[in-house]
Amino acid sequence: MLGALIKGLSTTFKYLFKKPVTVEYPEVKRPVRERFRGRHELKRFENGMERCIGCALCAAACPSDAILVIPAENNPAAPNSPGERYAARYEINMLRCIFCGYCEDACPTNAIVLEHQYELSFYDRKSSIYDKSMLLVPVDKGHGEIPPVLQQLNRRPSPPAQIDL
Amino acid sequence: MDWIAILILLVRCLVLALAATTLFAYFTLFERRLLARFQNRVGPNRAGYIPLPGGKKLFGGVLQPAADAVKLFFKEDVIPALADRWVYLMAPGFAVVPALIIWVAIPLGNWPDGNGGNWLHYAPIDVGILYLLAVTSIGVYGIAIAGWASNNKYSMLGGIRASAQVISYELALGLSILGVVMQSGTLRTEGIVNAQVGIWNIVPQFMGFIIFLIASTAEVVRSPFDLVEAEQELVGGYNTEYGSMKFALFFMSEYIKLIAMNAIAVTLFLGGGNLPGIEQASAAITASYGVTAGNAVMGLMTLGAFLIKTTLLSFLSVWIRATVPRVRYDQLMNLGWVILMPLALLNVVITAVFGVVFPVGAVVPQIAMGVIGLIVIVLTTVLAAPKRTKRGVTLVRSQARN
Repeated sequence: MLGALIKGLSTTFKYLFKKPVTVEYPEVKRPVRERFRGRHELKRFENGMERCIGCALCAAACPSDAILVIPAENNPAAPNSPGERYAARYEINMLRCIFCGYCEDACPTNAIVLEHQYELSFYDRKSSIYDKSMLLVPVDKGHGEIPPVLQQLNRRPSPPAQIDL
Repeated sequence: MDWIAILILLVRCLVLALAATTLFAYFTLFERRLLARFQNRVGPNRAGYIPLPGGKKLFGGVLQPAADAVKLFFKEDVIPALADRWVYLMAPGFAVVPALIIWVAIPLGNWPDGNGGNWLHYAPIDVGILYLLAVTSIGVYGIAIAGWASNNKYSMLGGIRASAQVISYELALGLSILGVVMQSGTLRTEGIVNAQVGIWNIVPQFMGFIIFLIASTAEVVRSPFDLVEAEQELVGGYNTEYGSMKFALFFMSEYIKLIAMNAIAVTLFLGGGNLPGIEQASAAITASYGVTAGNAVMGLMTLGAFLIKTTLLSFLSVWIRATVPRVRYDQLMNLGWVILMPLALLNVVITAVFGVVFPVGAVVPQIAMGVIGLIVIVLTTVLAAPKRTKRGVTLVRSQARN
């Protein structure tokens, strides 16, 4: 009994000098995993065009109906996105979103990606709706070439379910 | 006694009460931070810090007790509809007052006031030890009454457990102190402290010290004997129905009692404010700066020594809380009645025999007594340990190793 007591006391005493495992959150942020599903971002192509073509497949795939997409026709002189349409309004209700990533799977142009930002808190319900200006990445943060099928503007094809990007 | 003396006494009492409550507040912080480190955590380090250049923070959490107090003040003060209203309201007072008045009989140091008195010893009464025993156990009334008045089965069970536990460990506690009293030949607390100038009582009364530590932990219903507020069984125990500052008072009485118990242990076994060198330092100051300065240095140094020893014992309490799991109720009763009380009686017998056979103040018999105590305690732990039953199943891994 005494031996067990001494063993226990020495074990806890050893822990007194170990570094605490606590991550002191607001000052220290633990990096998330590569495939962590955090806040969404709407991506762009290399030349700054929006990847989103307003097809609303993400809204259709969304199990909690958190996404609203209202598409509009591109102005051929100054297109927002390659292809025929773009998202005039793109809103995600962060109170409804369950971060399942189905929108990411459904997107034919890899426009919507769940990124690593997880600090999503707000004071009222209205600010839980993230609109396009909050979700869209800056113009210089684009990547990737526009796939040929989206460049044939005059032929107006319906895009296939998944474009080889 | 003229009115100035009464005024001085009132101010001293106020200082003592404030000191005890401050000690409580910072003991909670001390405990939380230490407990956190024992469990690989950081503990409360947000409220109140001194920012240093380079993003470093000094004294993180010094204002945590203040934050807790403010939080408790602003909590809703609920009185259960079916509670026994006046008893319910009085119970926290019953718990706190004994915890605060324990301190008057403990010599916190030795600061002579020039008239044969001691600024740091409030009540040098002839039966100081009896007073301490009486007041520490009277505190259980607060708990029992709170459990009864809440009109709640869990509270009631907590209160009953507290009474049973305190009665059980009272005996071992009193008998372990009896050894000290026999050793020093006085019931006056300052007499016991003075008797320890050469060799502290922990050496001859080692067994008594261990019994006192265990029994006092049980007496203040602290982990591992905290069955009174076993959350898993009794929700919050006797204070389930108490909120706001009434809860804070129970919390306060518990912690002040714990610190007071440690202070009593220091007084009885660790030589109170005695520390080698203090006498010489104070004599040197007296020689060069006068009697008042010498007394002040003496007082502050003995107080410091006393507080350091109390802090070390408090560290031990936190350490034990971080290590030992709660005992079962039958184990608690078994330990109190079957093991600790006979051991304490044996300690009294050994002290009596040594006191009769050997001259007072001889060093070697005292050390011999300590060694005998150590042997008895080791033997008891070996003999009284629960029998280990043989495992019916052989573990695969140990088989592979063989």
